[in-house]
Amino acid sequence: MTGENAVRLRPPRNAVDERAVTWWRAQLLVTTAVPVVVLGVLGALIGPARFWLLLAAGAVAVLGLACTAFFPAWWFRVHRWEVTDEAVYVRTGALWQEWRIAPMSRIQTVDTVRGPLEQTFRLATVTVTTASSKGPIRIEGLDHALAAELAERLTALTRATPGDAT
Amino acid sequence: MSEEWRRLHPRTLLAGAAVLCGVAGGAALPAVAGLAGGRPLWQAVAWVLAGTALLVFAGTAADWVRLRRTRYRVGPERVDLHTGFLLLKQRSLARERIRSVDLTANPLQRVLGLVKVRIGTGEHTGGESTLELDLVTRTEGERLRQELLARAAAPEETGHDSALATLDPRWIRYAPVSFVAPALGGAAAGAVMQVSEWFGAQGKVIDWIGDRFQEVSVTWMILDLVLLATAVGAVGALGLWVEMWWNYRLEREPGGTLRVRRGLLTARSVTLEERRLRGIELVEPLGVRLFGAARVDAVATGLAQDDDDKHADLKNLLPAVPRERAERVAARVLSEPEPPTGAPLAAHPRAARTRRLRWALWSVLGPVALLAVLGLLLTPVLLYVAAGCAVVLTPIAVLFARDAYRALGHGVSGAYLVARSGTVRRSTVALQRSGVIGWTVKQSYFQRRAGVLTLTATTAAGTGGYDVYDTGESQGLAFAAEAVPGLLAPFLEPVHTPEARPTLR
Repeated sequence: MTGENAVRLRPPRNAVDERAVTWWRAQLLVTTAVPVVVLGVLGALIGPARFWLLLAAGAVAVLGLACTAFFPAWWFRVHRWEVTDEAVYVRTGALWQEWRIAPMSRIQTVDTVRGPLEQTFRLATVTVTTASSKGPIRIEGLDHALAAELAERLTALTRATPGDAT
Repeated sequence: MSEEWRRLHPRTLLAGAAVLCGVAGGAALPAVAGLAGGRPLWQAVAWVLAGTALLVFAGTAADWVRLRRTRYRVGPERVDLHTGFLLLKQRSLARERIRSVDLTANPLQRVLGLVKVRIGTGEHTGGESTLELDLVTRTEGERLRQELLARAAAPEETGHDSALATLDPRWIRYAPVSFVAPALGGAAAGAVMQVSEWFGAQGKVIDWIGDRFQEVSVTWMILDLVLLATAVGAVGALGLWVEMWWNYRLEREPGGTLRVRRGLLTARSVTLEERRLRGIELVEPLGVRLFGAARVDAVATGLAQDDDDKHADLKNLLPAVPRERAERVAARVLSEPEPPTGAPLAAHPRAARTRRLRWALWSVLGPVALLAVLGLLLTPVLLYVAAGCAVVLTPIAVLFARDAYRALGHGVSGAYLVARSGTVRRSTVALQRSGVIGWTVKQSYFQRRAGVLTLTATTAAGTGGYDVYDTGESQGLAFAAEAVPGLLAPFLEPVHTPEARPTLR
C-alpha cells in the first residue's frame, strides 16, 4: 500500500452547464406528465374506477413534482467532469454516486449526442467509449458549443496517444 | 497459400438431413399420439409421415441452396466468406486480426468426418467479427486452424513440456456436487411429467407414485422423491462430465496460443491466443468449494462475444480440480512461477461485514415479517411457520454473510491485481495490471455512511469489469493507484484530518 496517508477522490474541476438543471427538471416533468395524463384520462372515462385512478394520478404527480424539486439541484452539485491530457474523469449520481476514469490511450470513440429536449436547451452529451463492455462514459448537460469543442479536443488527444485501446 | 475459392463439404447435406430426421422423429411421436385421438391410427401415421418427408425434403433443399451459395477463400491478406441466397452476405476478415479458430463436431458430424469452424477476431462488434464455416472436413478444419494461427512466432522456449494439464479421471468426483446435478434432477422430473402428459397419462403416473408411498407420510414421500431426483441428477452430472471433459488436454502451442481439446461425443477444440489473455479467474462454486476444488476460466478479450450463453464454456480452461492443482495450472497458463491468485490478500474493513450481516438479517426478516402479519390476520398456524423460519434461516443467513465477508479481498501480486469475492460462486480474478483500461468507483448512500466503496477495474476482456466490493475508502483508492500507476493518482487528494472515524458501524 502507498503509505499511511489517507486519500480520497477530489471532485472533477468543471461543473456542468447551469441550464442542465432546467433540462433535468423538464425531463422529469415530461416523464411524470405522461402517466399522470394517461391515468387522468382513464379516470375521466371509466366511471366505476374513477376514484382509484385519480388517486393514483395524484400520487404519481406528487411524487414526480417532489423529485423535480429535489433531484436536479442535487445532480447539479454532484455531476462534474474533467479532461486532462491523460484521462477523462467524470462524477455522476446522487444516492448512488459514481466516479469514472478512462485513460486517453484506451478511448476508442468520442461522440456528441443531442436529444430533442437537449436541443431546446442548447445542451449536448459527450459519450466516450472504451473497449470495456461495461458501457461508455457520458458527460451530460454541456453547452453544445463546449461539447463540440470538447469532442474535437478528445478526438485529437486520443489520436495523438499511442495504444490499441485494449 | 491457397488463393482459390473453396466450398463447404457436400456431406454437410447428409448431416443436415439426419438432424432433420431426428427432429421430425421426435416431433412425430407426440403428433401421432395427438392425431390418433380423432381418427384411425393408420391415417394419423400417414399424415405424420407425409409431414416428416416434406420437412426433411424442404430442409435439405434449403441446405443444398445454402451449400451452393457459400464459398470461402483464404488469401494472403484476408479471409472472405460469401453466403446468402436472396440477401447476399460478404464477410471479410483481415488475417492479422484473427484471434481464434475453434473446431467443434457433434457425434453425427464426427461419424461423417466433418467439423464446424469458427474464425473470430475477438472484437466487441457482435456477430460481425465471427466467420462460421458450417461443416468442412476435419482435415480442412485442422489445416485452416494451423494456417490462420501460425504467424511469426516469438522465439520459442524449447524443451518445455507443451501440455499444461491433462485429464485426471479422479476429477470426476467433483461432478455430482456441482450445480449441474440438482438442475438435471429437476429437469428429469419435469421430463417425466411432460412425456406422460403427451400420452394423457400424467394422472396415472401421479397415482402410481402415490401407490408406491402408501405406507409412509407425505413428508417422507416428498423427501424420498427429492432424494431420488438428486440421485438421478448426480448420475446425469457424471455422464455430462464424461461427455464434456473426456480426452481433456490443455496445451501451449508454438506461436503463442493455448489450446483446449476435450469432449467424448462432441469433440471441441478451442484455441486462444496468449496475446489476448488478460488474466485468469479461479471459480469456486459453493458445492465444489466445500470439497476444496476450483475451476479455471480464462479472462481474454474477444472470447465468445457473439452469443454468450451458447459458447459460455469457451473460456473454461480447466474443470473443477483440487484448488492447489488449479492454481498451479493457472500459473503455468500465465507463464508465472507462482500463481498470482495464491498471494495473501488485504481484508476489507469491518463495515463490509456489518453490511453483509445486515443484508442477511433483512433477507430473513422480510419474509418472516410477512408471514407473521398474515398469521395475525388469518390463521395462527402461519405464526408458528414464521417462528420456525426465523429460527432455522437466521443462522444460515449469518453463516453466509460471514462467509461472504471472508471471501472479500484484494491485492497486487506481481504484474497482476487480484480480487476475490462471492460465497455461492466465489471467484478470485487475477487481472493483468496493464489490461486495466479504466476505473469506476461507486458509492451508495449507505456505503458513504459506512466509509466503504466499490471499485471496478474495467477491462476489454472477460465480463468487461471486475469488482472489488466494499473496500475502505482510502484503502481501495490507494490500491487502485498502486495497481495502475499514473491513472488514478492525479485525481486523488490527501485527507488532512486523518480518518479518525471508527469503523465499528
